[in-house]
Amino acid sequence: MREKATYVLGILGTLLMLLNLKTIFLDLPNEAAQGAIFRIIFIHVPAAINADVFLFVALVASIMFLAKKNFFWDSLAVSATEVGVMLLCVNLATGSIWGRNIWGVWWAWDLRMTSQLMCLLLYLGYLLVRPAIGEPTQRATMSAFISIFAFADIPLVAMAIRLPNVRTQHPGPVLETGTLDALYRPPFIIGIFVLLLIGAALTLVRLHQETTRREIDSLRRELHAI
Amino acid sequence: MTRGLIAALAIARKDLRTELRTKESLNASASFALVILVLFSFAFDLGREEIYAISGGMLWLVWSFAGALIVNRSFARELPNDCLDVLVASPAPAWAVFLGKAIAAFFLLILVEAISLLPFGLFYNIAWYDSAGSLLVVMALTTWGITVVGAAFSAVTVNVRLRELMLPVLLYPILIPLLIAAMGVTTGLFSGDAVPGSAAASLRLLAGFDVMYTALALYLIEYVLVG
Repeated sequence: MREKATYVLGILGTLLMLLNLKTIFLDLPNEAAQGAIFRIIFIHVPAAINADVFLFVALVASIMFLAKKNFFWDSLAVSATEVGVMLLCVNLATGSIWGRNIWGVWWAWDLRMTSQLMCLLLYLGYLLVRPAIGEPTQRATMSAFISIFAFADIPLVAMAIRLPNVRTQHPGPVLETGTLDALYRPPFIIGIFVLLLIGAALTLVRLHQETTRREIDSLRRELHAI
Repeated sequence: MTRGLIAALAIARKDLRTELRTKESLNASASFALVILVLFSFAFDLGREEIYAISGGMLWLVWSFAGALIVNRSFARELPNDCLDVLVASPAPAWAVFLGKAIAAFFLLILVEAISLLPFGLFYNIAWYDSAGSLLVVMALTTWGITVVGAAFSAVTVNVRLRELMLPVLLYPILIPLLIAAMGVTTGLFSGDAVPGSAAASLRLLAGFDVMYTALALYLIEYVLVG
């Protein structure tokens, strides 16, 4: 069942992405001020939105693990975190490419970039510590604890980079300050949906791997006991 | 609740007494802070104005490094002779054990900060004592933030391989909002030309960070220590 869902989500996501890329690259006109490079928005912003979605899933799964002590939730938490971290990397990389073209620099310590980078660092810590804890229950508990602490930090980072004395070089985000032309809206929304589908498929793949790994671990332990 | 607080204070007293007798992390942390302060003078060749501009950032980097050394010992101190198991098995609730550790680490870090302020003022010729009252408020708020998150992660990493490396990897990213606010407001205090409204906003952020993470840590530490 889970395997079938993985294939359906993955294939659907890939097909939709190909269609959407065709629209983005061949059908849409260049944007007036930025030229061709503006097309990055159809990957860049959906990646950011979906990173938050998957990290939120990881938070919920972590809380569920602490409440229920069921290892399924731990596997879901780590799978969703990995996908979230990957999407954060996509977001930062595409943003950096855009910045090189528009600002002339790869990195500008802009508020939004900084907050995303902090978010990435927080969750890299989570992924680094996991393998260092050998005992499965302990690993799952500590990971859940770290995940909750990390997610709680996100609103604080958002507040900190908006302090009046913090430097900004803000590019005017579409969602807060401007509106998207009606022509650009469908590929944008499909872009969000596409990454959600592909992310969900990847999460399921990782979930499957984690479950198998746990089974192998327990078999190995049984063997040692004998 | 009251019994828990009494237990927390007893644990804090025990930790402080042990530390003041052996001085193992206190000496290391204070001399580390001093070394970093000296290193900064090599790293940046600074004029008068520039020193003021980076003073807050420099001070809080030094203090957060020193803080990691102190909180690293918080729970690791209990590992020999299985003392941690005894503490967890004692009638004191897990949150009281944690709170006691955090309080002890707070006072130790404040002590290290006070010690390193003297060479900081001397080396860099910064008159921090002109704004000592406000500085103390910022120090108290930020130090509590560092020690409460630090003690929580100290409990998380106490049984982890490469504990000394894992703690900073987890600790510093979480502390970033706290440090951004503390560095900004401290620089403003020293240079006297803070952006209007920035100090109040920073202090709100510091207090919010403290309240949120203290509540989260007290609520969740049971899972970490007891399971």
